[in-house]
Amino acid sequence: MIARNKKEHAELAQEFNRDEDRVNWHDETLWWIREKRDKSAHQIPEWEHLREAASQIKNNVLSNLHNYLLQFEKNAISNGIELHWAANADEHNRIVHRLINEANVVRMVKSKSMLTEECGLNEYLAQHGIEVIDSDLGERIVQLAEEPPSHIVLPCIHKKKEEIGEIFHKHLGIEANISDPQFLTETARQHLRGIFLTRKVALTGVNFAVAETGEFVVCTNEGNADMGAHLADVHIASMGIEKIIPERKHLGVFLRLLTRSATGQPITTYSSHFKTPRDGKKIHIIIVDNGRTVQLGRKDFRNSLKCIRCAACFNTCPVYRRSGGHSYHTAIAGPIGSILAPNLDMKKYADLPFASTLCGSCSNVCPVKIDIHEQLYKWRQVIVKNGYASTTKKAGMQAMTWTLSSPFLYHLAGKAGRWVIKYAPFAVNNKLNPWYKHRDMPASPEWSFSEWYQKNRQN
Amino acid sequence: MKVGLFIPCYVDQFYPGAAIATLKLLEKLGVEVFYPPKQTCCGQPMANSGFEHLTTGCNELFIENFAAFDYIVAPSGSCVLHVRDHLHDDKNPGAAKVISHKIYELTAFLTDVLKVKRLDAKFPHRVGIHQSCHGQRGLHISSMTELVEPEFSKPLSLLQMVSGIDIVELDRKDECCGFGGTFCVTEEAVSVKMGKDRVADHLEHGAEYITGVDMSCLMHMEGILKRQGSKVKVIHIAEILNAR
Repeated sequence: MIARNKKEHAELAQEFNRDEDRVNWHDETLWWIREKRDKSAHQIPEWEHLREAASQIKNNVLSNLHNYLLQFEKNAISNGIELHWAANADEHNRIVHRLINEANVVRMVKSKSMLTEECGLNEYLAQHGIEVIDSDLGERIVQLAEEPPSHIVLPCIHKKKEEIGEIFHKHLGIEANISDPQFLTETARQHLRGIFLTRKVALTGVNFAVAETGEFVVCTNEGNADMGAHLADVHIASMGIEKIIPERKHLGVFLRLLTRSATGQPITTYSSHFKTPRDGKKIHIIIVDNGRTVQLGRKDFRNSLKCIRCAACFNTCPVYRRSGGHSYHTAIAGPIGSILAPNLDMKKYADLPFASTLCGSCSNVCPVKIDIHEQLYKWRQVIVKNGYASTTKKAGMQAMTWTLSSPFLYHLAGKAGRWVIKYAPFAVNNKLNPWYKHRDMPASPEWSFSEWYQKNRQN
Repeated sequence: MKVGLFIPCYVDQFYPGAAIATLKLLEKLGVEVFYPPKQTCCGQPMANSGFEHLTTGCNELFIENFAAFDYIVAPSGSCVLHVRDHLHDDKNPGAAKVISHKIYELTAFLTDVLKVKRLDAKFPHRVGIHQSCHGQRGLHISSMTELVEPEFSKPLSLLQMVSGIDIVELDRKDECCGFGGTFCVTEEAVSVKMGKDRVADHLEHGAEYITGVDMSCLMHMEGILKRQGSKVKVIHIAEILNAR
């Protein structure tokens, strides 16, 4: 079982920052990916048009979702796919469990699916005696380490190769102190080969579900989704309702954007289309809502459902790079996770929209142009209005409001503040002042600008 | 042209030099500048913390102080962005809208309205430019590394008119410094780490001064520089553009 943390982002981020060398390494690793993304994007002169096209296609999807879903269902069924609807995480997990039971097995292989992370599928199945092995290399590593993924595209980006060697030593029987990436990858490959060959049920995620044809596309770099699905008798594909695109030709927009935004590659190594089950085999699609229709009904936040899970916003986020994915204590971390999570549980994730400087870099890299930083700002308002701000914060804000709403009080407070810094610095230069912990206070000038102006310009 | 000078609260109290430089620079360029004495704050500290509903008083004051001017100029990208995006008054919605169109960040005003082509200024130092996010990404006063767009920078173009100045290149041209308003205390650890990294980029490239359009980012970086015992100083862009 993976332990879910109850601490808030600021505290978890502070813990992450105790090891500054590690923060530097984490920041530089992800910044390197951001730079690869920039290079890749700048090679496409029409990049901004592509983003705009993707955004408009997704806007169209969100406005006509009911029709596209029904169209997709009809076409998928006529292709021989069995289709299931799940209103929430629990329904999804129970459907998967039932399908595994029907196949008469107790073991399943699964490629990357953030939806199953969101639904807590692995934990649910473990409780029911079903073993799930994650076949994405990074996911397998964090699974062995009994940790959640820290990044939606690079699940074990927080682990150094030496630590991965240690995990493989403990769980996969290699010698101690091996950190050669090629050796470690080959070890995982051999280990997973045995899994692929013996599992009768394979679950994959869905990157794009094409309404026009009833097919779906799964993108991986390792080919692990294909290995699992092709060798199993039953292929279960889990997708959120927002994964729909209207027509196959739209893949020409999304596949160009997805991996350039994610890692800087032109396209994923495998972009596999699944349409019809082979003879004697089965394909099931589970279409999951789990709060998405609620988000669709929130005018200010609905377009967060345009997300194609590229994680470009993670890689560019200066806060994510310096706080690590686990500090977000949710399946989908980073800026996009911070606008998705409060929809699922506003109280539990009330801290996340505040884990940002609102610098806006996330919105700029987003391939489907989600106004992420503006939604962070709007979530802050919603969270405070719903009563999830602390009493101290509320009192502080009220005091600030009184002061700043009155020119008299403002000048009085300004003068008092400057006086304190100048003549009683101990009152602010202490550990109760979080500013002072690692930063000096600004110098206190003799006079404010308004005092200077009055003296020099109004006489 | 009547210009109302808006001096953000913390600049008024802690960095009067930046405000005086802004005033004198505008006057030198022939602008008739007025400073309404009853101004306080744009309300951003409350709004960014989720308390936008408490900004009614600040909004009313702002409109009262500035509605009469042809333009409003402030030496801050962040406060201008807040006014543009969030100033509102249910009793007077039109006035708020008009203000949001006539308020300018200083370098944008110099570039777009005054169309400044030369400056009588001298600053013989190595200077690193901090691209404050709200001015850059919010007001688009310079191009952004994330977007595929032609490169431009209003602050840089103006600084290049200053004689003797030597602009240093940075590894990360437009990464956030981590100030972020109340973020700087609520997320102290990450805020400080971001600030340290930003400062280090300038130091590694030999900057003697770090400048920018927002004193708030500079105040945060100044706090870190001083704690490190560094001799490198922060300076608002107005003070360089007005330096002799």
